[in-house]
Amino acid sequence: MSADGRILKISVWRSGADADAGSFQDFQVPANQHQTVLDVVSWIQQNQDPSLSYRFACRVGMCGSCAMMVNGKPRWTCRTHVKKVLEDGFMRIEPLRNLPVIKDLVTDMDPFFDKWIAAEGVFHPTKSRHDAFASIKPDNPARIEANKAVECINCAVCFAACDVVANNADYLGPAALNRTWSLVNDARDGGQAARLQAISQSGGCHNCHSQQGCTNFCPNELNPTASIAGLKRKTIATMFKRGQHA
Amino acid sequence: MIAPHRKHALWLAYALHRASGLALAVFLPVHFYVLSLALTTDGRLDDFLIWSDQPLVKFAEFGLIFLLAIHFFGGLRLMALEFLPWSPRQKTYAAFALAGSFFVSCTFLLSAA
Repeated sequence: MSADGRILKISVWRSGADADAGSFQDFQVPANQHQTVLDVVSWIQQNQDPSLSYRFACRVGMCGSCAMMVNGKPRWTCRTHVKKVLEDGFMRIEPLRNLPVIKDLVTDMDPFFDKWIAAEGVFHPTKSRHDAFASIKPDNPARIEANKAVECINCAVCFAACDVVANNADYLGPAALNRTWSLVNDARDGGQAARLQAISQSGGCHNCHSQQGCTNFCPNELNPTASIAGLKRKTIATMFKRGQHA
Repeated sequence: MIAPHRKHALWLAYALHRASGLALAVFLPVHFYVLSLALTTDGRLDDFLIWSDQPLVKFAEFGLIFLLAIHFFGGLRLMALEFLPWSPRQKTYAAFALAGSFFVSCTFLLSAA
């Protein structure tokens, strides 16, 4: 990277004594070619204020740990080029929306992952290591559906983009429901009844308003809205099947 | 002011569907009250219908028909989204719902003119 002489005006959220309260602190950062938002945050932490807290690991869009709000939109910062999100030479960087703040740009991800558990986003094996591998062909329709949902990196960008998450504390959220959809389509899993029960309750898939912010912002171009629509169809079909057997 | 994370076509389609639904819910009691005039008071419905021929009222009815049409087409879009196999053309369907609503409501306005 080489500095091109321009200066970026950056406003970064800093926590106060209470982590959820705080204010923006302004920084001036030299612009570089091919600079990512994470590069900017790292430059501030390394050159201007070592007390700035933020989270990252892989820097290549695989670990999902560096997501932040950038000019009001959730982004994976390691793969977001500054020139893509800069507005009049200015960038405002905040912690992810809809999650409690630990410090500065670091959010507490526990509520996000707790909802994966609540949505039964956990594999329930039906075989032991002594059994033969399950034979699932790549062109199996359920396998194709699972494939569409399985590349989630748990970055919580969709969780931050969702207004239902913001307004309904019980809502499981797009990432957890997307994970559930991949397991609903897993022929090896033995926990489907409990899973469909978990996502049919208050806060489950039927709370989704199909605003599609999750799909719009997912950095891996997954489609949680389609997954949730699939869960809605599955739970309704299951309800009618139960009605027939009752 | 729309928050930055909401500035995309399908959130606006959601907001329009929700706002039109609320506006129609507010309108419905008035609608039923006017209908009740035919049953309860002799001649009052005719008086109302004559009053409603005014251009300004016709223009307001154009707005009502737009709300009804956008809620109807938007509802069809949502049911298709949730009950049919997924289509990647969601923005196209939202645009069709908007265009169809303008077509229906403008047709009414032109025929009323």
